[in-house]
Amino acid sequence: MNSFKKYLKTIELRNFVMIGALLLIWVVFSTLTGGSFLLTRNISNLVRHMALVGILGIGMTMVIITGNIDLSVGSILGAMGGLAAVLHVWYGVGTYQTIGIVLLVSMIIGTAQGAIISYLKVPAFIVTLGGLLIFRGVQLGLTKGISIAPFADTYKIYGQAYIAPSIVWVLAIATSIVLFLLDAKKRSDRIKYKFEVSNFGIFIGKNVVLTLIILFVAFILNSYRGLPMQVFLMMLLVVIFTFVTQKTTFGRSIYAMGGNFEASLYSGIKVKRNLVIVYAINGLMAGIAAVVITARLNAGTPTAGMNMELDAIASSVIGGTSMSGGVGKVYGAILGALFMASIDNGMSMMNIDAYWQYIVKGVILVVAVWFDIYSSKKA
Amino acid sequence: MSNKILEMQNITKIFPGVRALDDVCLQVNNGEVHAICGENGAGKSTLIKILSGVYPEGTYEGRILINDEEHVFSGTSAAEKVGIVCIHQELELIPDLTVAENIFLGKYPHKFGVVDWNEIYSQTRELLKEVGLHRESQDEEGRQVKPTDIIKHLGIGQRQLVEIAKALARDAKILILDEPTAALTETEVETLLGILEELRSRGITSIYISHKLDEVMHIADRVTILRDGKSIGSDDIKNITKNDIIRMMVGRELTNLFPYEDHKQQDKVLEIKNYSVQDPDIPGRFLIKDVNIHANKGEILGISGLMGAGRTELFTSLFGAFPANSVGDIFINGEKVSIKSPVDALSHGFALVTEDRKRYGLILGMDIKENTTMASLEDISKLSVIDMNQEIALTQELIEKLKTKTWGVEEKAKNLSGGNQQKVVLQKALLTKPKILVLDEPTRGIDVGAKLEIYKIMNQLVEEGVVIIMISSELEEILGMSNRIYVMAEGRITGEFTAKEANQENIMQAAVGGMV
Repeated sequence: MNSFKKYLKTIELRNFVMIGALLLIWVVFSTLTGGSFLLTRNISNLVRHMALVGILGIGMTMVIITGNIDLSVGSILGAMGGLAAVLHVWYGVGTYQTIGIVLLVSMIIGTAQGAIISYLKVPAFIVTLGGLLIFRGVQLGLTKGISIAPFADTYKIYGQAYIAPSIVWVLAIATSIVLFLLDAKKRSDRIKYKFEVSNFGIFIGKNVVLTLIILFVAFILNSYRGLPMQVFLMMLLVVIFTFVTQKTTFGRSIYAMGGNFEASLYSGIKVKRNLVIVYAINGLMAGIAAVVITARLNAGTPTAGMNMELDAIASSVIGGTSMSGGVGKVYGAILGALFMASIDNGMSMMNIDAYWQYIVKGVILVVAVWFDIYSSKKA
Repeated sequence: MSNKILEMQNITKIFPGVRALDDVCLQVNNGEVHAICGENGAGKSTLIKILSGVYPEGTYEGRILINDEEHVFSGTSAAEKVGIVCIHQELELIPDLTVAENIFLGKYPHKFGVVDWNEIYSQTRELLKEVGLHRESQDEEGRQVKPTDIIKHLGIGQRQLVEIAKALARDAKILILDEPTAALTETEVETLLGILEELRSRGITSIYISHKLDEVMHIADRVTILRDGKSIGSDDIKNITKNDIIRMMVGRELTNLFPYEDHKQQDKVLEIKNYSVQDPDIPGRFLIKDVNIHANKGEILGISGLMGAGRTELFTSLFGAFPANSVGDIFINGEKVSIKSPVDALSHGFALVTEDRKRYGLILGMDIKENTTMASLEDISKLSVIDMNQEIALTQELIEKLKTKTWGVEEKAKNLSGGNQQKVVLQKALLTKPKILVLDEPTRGIDVGAKLEIYKIMNQLVEEGVVIIMISSELEEILGMSNRIYVMAEGRITGEFTAKEANQENIMQAAVGGMV
């Protein structure tokens, strides 16, 4: 029992509070909606709704960890959506060529912004504020102010398709096994090097709980239609960028740059290059989100992505990323996005006016940051 | 005489896992200079933070009496209200404001709500004179601090003196100085001690925390010694010797403060030819002028000089981190190299441990292992993926080698004491396997025991074939450890001495510009 308490201490208090708060609002909404909030159809809706902000939040979290900001992703998303529609619908460019061009251009845009910030030393806030205006303009120019449709079925897969339940089960079980093997390897390595490890019961218990959660999520999603493609994309990106930020030299470097830029420079970290890469990744995330949104709407629209940079920033921050840099986790942005999507979804189901959603989300953002400051002071 | 102005009774302060202070008592008499001595981590800074309200009431146990009346402080402003002003080890000036604005921060004199700048500037000028920063007459260095100077353009030593001026402006009754001379040159130390004597004659009580026992013996009336969070003893300074204090601090007799070794000097490893560095602020002016130096394998090369002589700028520039253009040639092992950034420098085996470890050395929010491997990430990774096991193992090795005191590799850098933070910065430098290691003020703010450890590490590294270049403002340290010494003044090399030739006089002479 004692070692279990010790284990609990290693989990950050914040994650507990975050998950507790999520469960709480779910309980509240299901009570208030007479249970329809928890219908599998609604949950499937909710996670589809969060995927876009989640994808943007992944890149945004990395940007904020370096101590910078990107206000342009919503506009880049919009402009890339417009580009995709123009290429695909008007010029008949094939699905994969269109997606390839969109991802490449979005990455070039991110790289350019990053280079201006990093090498020309223009503050990130200004460069990306400029980007916000510029790419909104590009979006309007490309789409000529109208919705461009329709997209081919092969394209729509990325925003409308579901991965079939049988494959989801395979994926869930495979993920559980891989996670277990990775954890077992880590544990045996630590034992080999004589580092402290938690006891065997906790190790098994932790993995059993994790597996149950994964299987449960699979079960819920399968009860409706399976795993929505955009949610799968988001999960894939979370896995990739969790690995990149936690395990690679590049990931470690971006935390270092946000923690103390000068010390990082003095330690021989290629700070300028890394910052450009971070913005390039963030541009790419906007490009991926653009593909998802055009596929979902089956159209390139002149308004897509409006204010979405703010949602991305909010989900990063609610997910525990510190605006002063050096602190944050990619998966936190997903929790933050889930949190905000739950509020949106629950309040819409209760037929509360949309303006209340803004007010509530605004309050939650401030409370979340206050809580971070309060809890870090106590620790 | 025993009119107590301050009494701290049975102070106990517990941090998670550590008993930082354990039943500590401190009695300070009115109008005296009371020194507090102790090793790093002995609890001096914690005690002071309690006294000055940084740790407010309720976060510790014990009582604080001022003039026999119990006080509790809810914060630093409450402590200032009763006249307790603290100058912390980490200077707390705002870099982008002027000297005058900093000195009067929060209490600007005003007429009907409009700030009276004339009053501020004239009072500031007086205060600067008192701390020896503003001189009416021309002086040979030609530099003086004006009330309108921006803080960030001042050196670390000048900032310290501005801090003292700021405390003076606050009518301190009890002035606390935490390692005030750590960053000062000899002349500035003299100025400071002079100021303290003058304050004493005005009846102001000072609490003086310092590792520099000569200063303590010189200035203090009484001394209290802390060790491992406990008060070991208090006595009048005239009843006690320097060795007594050291013995009480470390619980053992220290026979040799400087473990000098006569290393065998070998080939030239580093050679600098006609090296000049521009002033980043004033175009056309040179901070470093035509420097020609070399460093040999198997030596500790001491770099001495007064503050502002350009020592830090020279080596920061050689390291590729100084934000200004330089001209001249750098040779490492006889090969001409081009160093444009710290990345280049480290790849040539040239490592630098900076004087300001919090600003340039550590990432305080990261843990020991992450800080240690910061400059060697490529070496401990395969295909850019960090080998976390190797990271922990290498860090543990270095912790053992340097005797860094910590509960583990995952302790955050910000929770370490100054000496242990310095060791973590050293760990980081050592992990890059440097051929040339520049240590800029390696023992600043570090206690006697830890200093000795750092010196021994330096000797060991020289034996392992590393060239050590030590920049130091402490003459004793330069003389005690260096095999060869360069002296700098106003951006030039003004003297070169072997260990045998060097003494305090000829180094000082070179440091003031080679002229008498």
